[in-house]
Amino acid sequence: MQKSAEFYVNEYGVDEAKTIPILQAIQADYGYLPIKLMQEVCEKSNIHYNRMYGVATFYSQFNLTPKGKNIIRFCAGTACHVKGAEKLIIAVSEELKIRVNETTSNGLFSLETVACLGCCSLAPVMMINDKVYGKMTIAKVKEILMDYKQHHGQ
Amino acid sequence: MDNKDKTIIRVGLGTCGISAGANDVYDAFKEAIAGTNLTLEYTSCNGMCFREPIVDIILKDRIISLSNVSCGEVPRLINEILNNKIIDSEDNDFLVMQNRIVLENCGHINPDKIDDYLAKEGYQALKKILLDILPEQVISEVKSSGLRGRGGAGFPTGLKWELARNSKSNEKYVICNADEGDPGAFMDRAVIEGDPHRVLEGLAISGYAIGAKYGYVYVRAEYPLAVKRIKQAIEDAQNRNLLGNNILGLGFNFFIKVKEGAGAFVCGEETALIASIEGKRGMPTLKPPYPAESGLWGYPTNINNVETLAAIPWIIRHGADKYANFGAEKSKGTKVFSLAGQISKGGLVEVEIGMSLRKIIYEIGAGTSSGKPVKAVQLGGPSGGCLPESMLDTPVDYESLLAKGAIMGSGGIVVMDVDTCMVDIARYFLAFTQKESCGKCTFCRLGTKRMLEILERITLGEGRESDVESLIDLASKIGASSLCQLGKTAPNPVLSTLKYFKDEYIEHIVNKKCRARSCKGLINYKITNKCIGCHLCTKACPAKAINGEIKEKHQIIPDLCIKCGICESVCKFEAIYHE
Ligand SMILES: Cc1cc2nc3c(=O)[nH]c(=O)nc-3n(C[C@H](O)[C@H](O)[C@H](O)COP(=O)(O)O)c2cc1C
Ligand code: FES
Repeated sequence: MQKSAEFYVNEYGVDEAKTIPILQAIQADYGYLPIKLMQEVCEKSNIHYNRMYGVATFYSQFNLTPKGKNIIRFCAGTACHVKGAEKLIIAVSEELKIRVNETTSNGLFSLETVACLGCCSLAPVMMINDKVYGKMTIAKVKEILMDYKQHHGQ
Repeated sequence: MDNKDKTIIRVGLGTCGISAGANDVYDAFKEAIAGTNLTLEYTSCNGMCFREPIVDIILKDRIISLSNVSCGEVPRLINEILNNKIIDSEDNDFLVMQNRIVLENCGHINPDKIDDYLAKEGYQALKKILLDILPEQVISEVKSSGLRGRGGAGFPTGLKWELARNSKSNEKYVICNADEGDPGAFMDRAVIEGDPHRVLEGLAISGYAIGAKYGYVYVRAEYPLAVKRIKQAIEDAQNRNLLGNNILGLGFNFFIKVKEGAGAFVCGEETALIASIEGKRGMPTLKPPYPAESGLWGYPTNINNVETLAAIPWIIRHGADKYANFGAEKSKGTKVFSLAGQISKGGLVEVEIGMSLRKIIYEIGAGTSSGKPVKAVQLGGPSGGCLPESMLDTPVDYESLLAKGAIMGSGGIVVMDVDTCMVDIARYFLAFTQKESCGKCTFCRLGTKRMLEILERITLGEGRESDVESLIDLASKIGASSLCQLGKTAPNPVLSTLKYFKDEYIEHIVNKKCRARSCKGLINYKITNKCIGCHLCTKACPAKAINGEIKEKHQIIPDLCIKCGICESVCKFEAIYHE
């Protein structure tokens, strides 16, 4: 659901300390951080826009442009790397015809890598939205993606 | 009939279990127990990740543990339970050599039920100190336990608390560091998901000891389940007056909030973490002043790692001496390690500090998953180092590891077999730190980039003879001129691999050879006569680099091949290899 700048300020408060929680809420609602909305939040609060922009670009969780409906985060942590994650990332990349940090043209998937999802003993691991999948193989990844294409589409 | 009334089916729903399909197994049991008098319950990870999904059957007189349970087996298992025919998947070697203090409840209680924790003497330590132990006495107890910070640096916890206690201020803060950014480590996630109240109790005790009224738990964003469970735990503890105003009517006020990280490794560093809670970019600041003097909002602040805090309730309940009975000369107690990589039995291992790596890897972890020899073990993540097989007898304690060029770090142990290239591992870590450098210090920002470029060209087979020297030179400069430990320790993975695996660097540079057959610039894929022309590889190849008619032997076009190895892994006839 897309809410107004007023909502975030009322909900989270006006202090600079609320910058990250506000950005996290906007990101969760919109899927990205619209510049105009950030500016409006700053006008209505004590947060300086330069500071907010600085924070938005510092943390990898935030993005200033929209992402796909489903976000695939492939683990590129040490254990997954040692267990051949790179090969799987190439395979996913090929399957979706996008590179890492890109979004498919139909807006269904974005592909990202993260350093460790904390399931290292089930490496290689990937996460789609909030769901983690362990012991991935090329065949399993393709199967899961197919399922998302069919059931989590527009 | 009585017996059956007591039978509980308990499914492990930690992130690791769930990623192996435990939610589906739970749902299948839910459906299957309808009409029986069996009860369904859940717990979190008990550390035996290699057995996930794990289901425990709690009978009146014993517990039966089942491994790798799939949904399809559920009806049969229900039948066996009802007819008393269920048998254990017996795999207890993994646990017998462990000493579980921090993990004592993990995999045994429902993390979302405060009563489960209370039944395991939960919050007794907090109650005990609030009743009749002065903050100074708590600190001296923690001091004599010998507990050292488990977040990496190993600073004595009691001493740290004393410093924060002695800072004069009418407002103070305590923070639990659950950022766990070290790739390959998952102890903190497992403790929070499995026993969140223990962490809250430890944090409240630290608050009481230093004189703080507010606590924060800073959890990384990549751990959504941990965030959910710790928030639930805070709410439940507040409802029972185990947190909040006038706790248990004993006059102590203490409140805890959760802060979610936003995906920056450097925020695990304490000053950066504080900046992040304040809503700023997570950049480290120069110490001193230490957080104990001037931390969150400028007030004295004590920061401890999850595992450090999780050990506290046990120490208060059982006494410092009992804790100090475990461990080595200068490193007391137990440590939780996460065992991963090419290991047969990966998972969480809590052992007395000082156990040898060899014991941990071979006797608990059962050796490599591939059956091939161990080549090296990586400890301490991006700040740590790789130790070769010949050093596996090193006892795992802060001092011994440091002396060998690795560190205890937060407890990640990644095992590598002979198919892992050590130059590639060094490149991997440099790529990590280079990306995660906050950019404040020039050498950390650019020096790591130069090192990475050198390592990249070596792995591509374009290394120069002077490269090893340049790496060492850059390493010493980055170490000397970075402000925080991220930069200071960034060269460690390179230095330790150069120390123990220099011949691999030389082989890459001079002979253009990668003995692990993993560096893309130095290998070629080939198809043998075993190929029956099934087309599986041609379909799988992302670069369209394989040619051939159906039912005829295929060929790889070297110019197009990107050496991803997908063809080799999809081939069902072992007709593709690389050298
Ligand atoms: C780059 C960097 C990352 C760190 N990441 C973590 C972390 O993820 N978790 C943690 O507990 N400590 C981390 N630390 C160590 C903390 O700065 C701090 O020493 C620790 O939280 C103190 O708690 P302890 O005394 O209980 O170990 C990190 C340090 C550095 C330099
Ligand atoms: S390294 Fe991939 S989950 Fe930890």
